Amino acid sequence: MPEHDAAAPVRAATSPVRGVSGGVARPTVGILALQGGVAEHAAMLETLGARVVPVRTEGALTESSLDGLVLPGGESSTVDRLLRRFQLRDPLVEMLAEGLPVLGTCAGMILLAEQIVDPAPGQQSLAVVPISVQRNAFGPQADSATEMLETTLGPVNAAFIRAPAVVSAGDGVAVVARRGTDVAGDGPIVGVATDQAVALSFHPELTGDVTFHHEFLDRL
Amino acid sequence: MTETSAAPTSTTGSPLVKRGLAEMLKGGVIMDVVTAEQARIAEDAGAVAVMALERVPADIRAQGGVARMSDPDLIDQIIESVSIPVMAKARIGHFVEAQVLQELGVDYIDESEVLSPADYVNHIHKHSFTVPFVCGATNLGEALRRLAEGAAMIRSKGEAGTGDVSEATKHIRTIRKQIADLQATFRANPDELFVAAKQLQAPYDIVREVAETGKLPVVLFTAGGVATPADAAMMMQLGADGVFVGSGIFKSGNPAQRAEAIVAATAQYDDPAAIAKTSRGLGEAMVGINVADLPAPHRLAERGW
Repeated sequence: MPEHDAAAPVRAATSPVRGVSGGVARPTVGILALQGGVAEHAAMLETLGARVVPVRTEGALTESSLDGLVLPGGESSTVDRLLRRFQLRDPLVEMLAEGLPVLGTCAGMILLAEQIVDPAPGQQSLAVVPISVQRNAFGPQADSATEMLETTLGPVNAAFIRAPAVVSAGDGVAVVARRGTDVAGDGPIVGVATDQAVALSFHPELTGDVTFHHEFLDRL
Repeated sequence: MTETSAAPTSTTGSPLVKRGLAEMLKGGVIMDVVTAEQARIAEDAGAVAVMALERVPADIRAQGGVARMSDPDLIDQIIESVSIPVMAKARIGHFVEAQVLQELGVDYIDESEVLSPADYVNHIHKHSFTVPFVCGATNLGEALRRLAEGAAMIRSKGEAGTGDVSEATKHIRTIRKQIADLQATFRANPDELFVAAKQLQAPYDIVREVAETGKLPVVLFTAGGVATPADAAMMMQLGADGVFVGSGIFKSGNPAQRAEAIVAATAQYDDPAAIAKTSRGLGEAMVGINVADLPAPHRLAERGW
């Protein structure tokens, strides 16, 4: 079904499962909705008490008083092309440069990276987080998997779907999750954070694990 | 926080993981390609995935004969040429073609009526594979039977290789209406769902799940006859999660530009001004065949049950 239908906030009227304790009473979170797994993020954020705005136009991006932005999973090369074709890339880069808090999962992590080591021809990223990422780092779909991760926020049920991995991280980047080991170990880096951004290789929105979304709303 | 000293267990091939990839394709266009070069054109235009096959449906239709799984060399070449997911078709019921495709590392298998069926009784037992399957359906009962067999994504069938979108329209409308009817039955009198399951010829548990939630538990794309940006946008407005375009791109005058336009119109499906803009100057659409002119034995949508 179209994402804006699936995301219709039936649940928004009910009280949030967990209160948003840190920041704005009811933050407004945009979700880039050009392509991909938008509805899952929307449902999760609404359950946690946020107001959700699907972002498909420059107006939705700049005129919704967004407290934060989610870059969902999808096909990163497709989203990049649509951002440029619809003239959304420049205003998005501008808002992120002004410090808009952002959470990216899977393709969203790729968009946030400073460098993509294996881009599709001509593919660009938004260069918000000083990391290099490798797309589809864990093999074809047959190797996609769910796994419990030991993150800095505790255990998280993660779905890796043709997931990327961080191959190097620059200054000011905290590793929040590795695959196969805890954060102190030597597993591939699958979650990072800066003061502004959280970038995850995996999809907590598919398994229904609210840990990172809750923490993201707390920051706003 | 819990102590977890044991190595974490990784679960592949679960319904969540299989359906999850399809969730990430939502709002996108999956394009049929027959060469590595076409695959690169599709990726460059913004396709979310490509379907690797030897002949597009329009050519299968024109040339006749038995249509089978593609040559593994071709599939390898296409997998190597792009970074987006690669799907490939197996014949209905041909579980060994599916085993081969899984071995080749395709990301999704389409158990497809576009190829000649290998079994006129049984579809593939799709739960037994790690790789996910997409299957065609003309109505809700057919979709739910495919889910019972393990499909992780459904596409309405349409009539492939025609460039005539009327059957695609009929199938997506039928599936959406039948879901709405089930939901109404659930709200009015859930006792009647047992008979609804009987009428749909689908397992009760899946029928009940759809009745309760008002949607399929998997992504629903539309296929078969989509040839223009407006066709794609109409499928989206009718409730599809995304579209497959088969012959419509590489049988047209300017494939690269048309592919890009269909991708744009699928993303901006509810913005007529944007669709108008993207529809300009695309050159010749595929010539097409009216489905009404097709004799019944040549209708692919009637394959599968």
